[in-house]
Formats: sequence, structure tokens, C-alpha cells
Amino acid sequence: MSITTNDVQHVANLARLALTDEEKETFTGQLNAILKYAEKLNELNTDGVEPTSHVLPLANVMRADEVRQSLPIEAVLRNAPDEEDGQIKVPAVLE
Amino acid sequence: MAQFDLRLQDLHNGLKDKQFSVSELTEASFKRISETDSAVQAFLTLNEEGARAQAAELDKQLQAGGERGLLFGLPSGVKDNIVTEGLRTTCASQFLRNYDPIYDATVVRKLKAAQSVTIGKLNMDEFAMGGSNENSSFFATRNPWNTEYVPGGSSGGSAASVAAGQVYFSLGSDTGGSIRQPASYCGIVGLKPTYGLVSRFGLVAFASSLDQIGPLTKNVEDSAYVLQAIAGYDQMDSTSANVEIPDYTSALTGDVKGLRIGVPKEYMGQGVDPQVKEAVLAALQVYESLGATWEEVSMPHTEYAVATYYLLASSEASSNLARFDGVRYGVRAENPDNLIDLYRKSRSEGFGSEVKRRIMLGTYALSSGYYDAYYKKAQQVRTLIKRDFDQAFEKYDILIGPTAPTTAFRIGEQVGDPLTMYLNDILTIPVSLAGVPAVSIPCGLAEGMPVGLQIIGKPFDESTVLRAAHAFEQNTDHHKARPQL
Repeated sequence: MSITTNDVQHVANLARLALTDEEKETFTGQLNAILKYAEKLNELNTDGVEPTSHVLPLANVMRADEVRQSLPIEAVLRNAPDEEDGQIKVPAVLE
Repeated sequence: MAQFDLRLQDLHNGLKDKQFSVSELTEASFKRISETDSAVQAFLTLNEEGARAQAAELDKQLQAGGERGLLFGLPSGVKDNIVTEGLRTTCASQFLRNYDPIYDATVVRKLKAAQSVTIGKLNMDEFAMGGSNENSSFFATRNPWNTEYVPGGSSGGSAASVAAGQVYFSLGSDTGGSIRQPASYCGIVGLKPTYGLVSRFGLVAFASSLDQIGPLTKNVEDSAYVLQAIAGYDQMDSTSANVEIPDYTSALTGDVKGLRIGVPKEYMGQGVDPQVKEAVLAALQVYESLGATWEEVSMPHTEYAVATYYLLASSEASSNLARFDGVRYGVRAENPDNLIDLYRKSRSEGFGSEVKRRIMLGTYALSSGYYDAYYKKAQQVRTLIKRDFDQAFEKYDILIGPTAPTTAFRIGEQVGDPLTMYLNDILTIPVSLAGVPAVSIPCGLAEGMPVGLQIIGKPFDESTVLRAAHAFEQNTDHHKARPQL
């Protein structure tokens, strides 16, 4: 399995990254090298082996549905790139 | 600096007996930083005003008398991916170059409760992705033992600042070796606790199933004290383990008689520098002389760990780093065409190339059609790697090997080749995948650069790891070696 510059473009779209042509070239080569190395895992038979997503024996962790203090709006807006009337402002979503 | 070479208990008594004040310790820390940090470049942000105010307040409390905790008044540094309220936190990324956190990470809250003085924020590889600190988007931290060499990473600033005597201890984070490997390269003690022992709340997530915060110190006893201060269940971190926290220092008995040590033969094989191997074998002789026994054990899936790790960690990172979209905080690109374009441009301008590479790899591994072949396969191999550890720990109390296959390398030597760079973590990554605790301690020098000994324990058995590390330290002088800066 080898990936092409087109695949890299497709993945960049999924990842919301705009890559330059030069970056696309470099990543195509480097990702192919890394994925080729990763194919090493196919040497192992993993039929019937449970996947490990997490080492702790934890399932859903719930807490009581109690009202707690939220962060103050002024604090939350402190890092917002753009704001108006206590809300974070973004470019129009709908045309 | 002289006071920082004291044992923590002596430093504590010095404060109590008014041989020096907290303000004097704090000033000594800033003085050392001003003398050495143009060469080492460990700090991204200094907390001069805040630290001085905190020190003055603590000195008042000291005047009032009474018992103080052991970390009281001690200058410390915090890796820059751990949020500190009102103190810039960048993850060494341009994306967060002006980020001003609005709350403290749980570990920071705990250090404040223990009344340690926060000196500043420490450099790292951007978003903790890297093993040399060359991926910091600001500047590369240098190894205090030789400033032409890397300090390791990603907690390179945390390791270098302690080795350079700029702070008494620091906090780092470890996802695939990011505490242990820089501790090894800089000749200090770096502990990665069991996954879940220390709260991750306020640690900017890289790979959530692997990330863990831990202490970097000059000796094992201090490591136990700092771990004591930061360990424990936290309801703000749903992966935090609700386990009883033992008294770690009471484990430091110096007694390792009858301790059963396994030495994974795969950790001493091809690619491990002969001088590193020699230092580890010499350490095993020390253990033998103290009444412990050791033998070789096979961990057959070791060679698959790096591939497994890069698939899993990158997949988790691609999801975690989706939050950096230019909307609520961080950089926002100018003049986007629309909202999607705002995401794309902001991310592309804000992230460095290693971060983009891992997001790309992770997105690919999780994408439709490849999920089973890469992500799921890697999760299954993770199970096999974990079983290697489970089986070894049926027979042994601890496992010992090198922390890294080589000592620190020269700055620039590996930047063009990500895969070679990834292989530096070949001996720390399996431990991270298994989620077990491990410490790196100094065990000698090879051509003037420090070698690290890795001691690996059973889940939540930090006490045995620290006991073994401490016993070695009590019977050797490696931890007393200091770089000439």
C-alpha cells in the first residue's frame, strides 16, 4: 500500500490543513516511509486478540448531574480572537 | 547553585532555621537562570513578578513559625503544556503563542497547595511531539552537559533546567518517553508514573491513553516527595485512578535483598550503544552485590512497539488537536474566505511540520478504509505488548534496561529523518503502551554524556521502582555528577 500526493491532499482536507505543494511532496515521501515501517505489524497474527484502547479497567465514568459554577464569561473571552457582546465572533457560516 | 545541591530535607531545614529565606532561594534561581539560560535556553516564560510575590508571602508565613510541607518555598518549573492560570502557556507552538490560561491544571494547584514557588514555564517539542526539543517553534533547548547536543524531549526544558541547577525540580509529561529520555540525556531522575496515578486535568492532550505527568529531580528521594504531592484521584480527570496513595518515601529503605530483576534481552540488543550496555551491566552488578537477583527475560513484541505507538499516538493526536481551530483561542488567520477556510488557514499557520505530519498520519490511520488495517491492528498489538509485561511481572518485581539506546545526539543530526528520530524512543515506548511506571536514573557517563538506567515496575507499584532506584543511588555516585556550565 503506497500513498500518493492525491491521498495526502485528501487527508489534509479531512484534517483541515492547507498544505503547500512542497509540504505535500515531503509528506508523501515521509508518510510512505512511516507506513511502510508500520506494515511490520502485519507479521503478527492478531486474530481474536482484543484491542486495547486504554490500560485501566474503566468503563463510562459518571458523576451526579449537579449544577456547578461555570467559568466567568470575561475569563473565557480573554483568549478569543474576536468577540462581540459577550460572544465569540466567527465568519459567516451560512451564505 | 549551591543550595540546589542540598538534599531536600536539608533545604527544608535551612528554610526553617532561617539560614536562607524563600525570597533568597527564588532570587538565586533567577540569578542562575540569567547566568546560564542564554546557553541552555530552557525557559519559554519566566514568572518573575508572580514568583517574587509568592516568595514574599511565604517568607511572612515562615516568620510566623509552624510546620511547613517539604516542598514549601522550593523553586520549581513547569513544562509548557501544563496550564497555569494567568501565566502564558504555549505548548511551544505558534498556535498558542499568546495563550493566557484561565485555570490551573490539577498538578499546578497541588504544587501551589504544597507552596512550591513557580519560577516559569519550560520549553518542549511543540505539543510534546518530538524527542530532541528541536521541534519547539520558539528555539531549541540545549543539553547542559554539552550545548552542541540536544537535551532530549519532549520535556527537554524540564530536564535541562534541573540539570543546570536553575530550579530545584520540575514537572514534565511523558507520552512515549518524554520524561525518561530527556532525564537520561541530561543525567537526572525522571519518573513516569502509572497511567492514571496523576491527574491529566489541565495537561494539553497529545495522546490521551498514554499521556502522564511526572517529576524531574536530581535524586530519587526528591522524586518520591514530588510524586507524593501530585499523585491522587481527581474527579476532573475521568481516567484518573481511584487508588490509595502510599507513603512513597517510606519505601526508600535501601534494601533490595531478594528483589527479582528481569532484564529484557530485546532492550540490550541491536542498536544499543556498547557503552550504554556496559553501564547497565555495571548497574546490574551493583544490584547483585546488594542481594538482588537478575536474569534475562524475553519481551518478544518489543520490536513492534514503535510502529504501534506512532499509529496510536498520532491517531489520538489528530483527534485531540482538532480543538485548535482558531475560533475560541489561539491564532486566527486573517481574511479567511469562510469558516472552513478559517480552520484550514489558522491550523496551517499555527502548527509546525512535525505536528502536521502526525496529524496527517493519524487522520490517515483513522480514515475510512484504513481504520482496521492501521488503528485497530495497532490496538491489538498493544494488547500483545501489554501481555509481555503481565507475563514478565509474574516472575519479576522490576524490569531493568537502558532508558535510551544511545546518549544525547548532536543538534541537527536527525532532523531530516523522522523515522530515525522515532527509534530513539524504542525502549521507553513499550512501557508507555503497557501503562506501567518507570524511572530513569543516571548510571554513568559515555564520552562525557550521561547514560540513563530505566527501572520498570508493576502498575501502581511506584514504591518498588523508587526503592530499587534509591538503593542504587545510595551505593553509587553517578547522581552526583554535574555538568560544567
